[in-house]
Amino acid sequence: MRTWITHGVIDPAAVLAEVGAPEHGAAILFLGVVRDHNEGRAVVSIRYEAYEAMAERVLAEAAAEAAARAPGVRIAAVHRVGELRVGEVSLAVAVSSAHRAEAFDTARDLLEEIKRRLPVWKDERYADGERRWVGGETPPLPQEAGR
Amino acid sequence: MRVRLLLFAQYRDFAGTSELEVDLPDGASAATLVAVLRSRGGGFERIPAAAAVAVNQEYAPPDTPLRDGDEVALIPPVAGG
Repeated sequence: MRTWITHGVIDPAAVLAEVGAPEHGAAILFLGVVRDHNEGRAVVSIRYEAYEAMAERVLAEAAAEAAARAPGVRIAAVHRVGELRVGEVSLAVAVSSAHRAEAFDTARDLLEEIKRRLPVWKDERYADGERRWVGGETPPLPQEAGR
Repeated sequence: MRVRLLLFAQYRDFAGTSELEVDLPDGASAATLVAVLRSRGGGFERIPAAAAVAVNQEYAPPDTPLRDGDEVALIPPVAGG
């Protein structure tokens, strides 16, 4: 399993190359890509900001939990930060497993967790020159203090 | 005690700073910190009273007791992906 946060361009083939095994018959790659519109507005770019030290931890924890639910899978995930233009890859998740169902399920599980709790924010820049922080999800907090 | 506070995204914009040291009474919790910040007025008041908090890079409930030297972050709704 490998997870990381990057300031550089994501190479999808390199992420996919992190997974796979002789006993794995399925490998899938998901890419999150900057889209040219959001809520009816023309998007030029998105500046992704992260609490990087925590994001590294949360991404590793989420991947470990996803792997624990599907023993034997291999996972790689990377999120990019900085200003990305339309069409650039912000997130890549690769999963391999013996059979396709667990690869798809594990990738979807991990994506949902990333959406729920990775401390990353989107500063969206529009064609009309405006910008705004995109509304997100309130992360789930533990019920009890860990100390 | 003194904690190191980190602010991100819209909360940083509200506060006009990304990082500051905050003095708190002994026994203060994460919720105390948010209340102390909001009481500064101005942009700080725009930080929600129920803002999510991470203590030393882990999500923490509001009643988490703080300790001298903790790194505390206020986490706006997240939007990765």
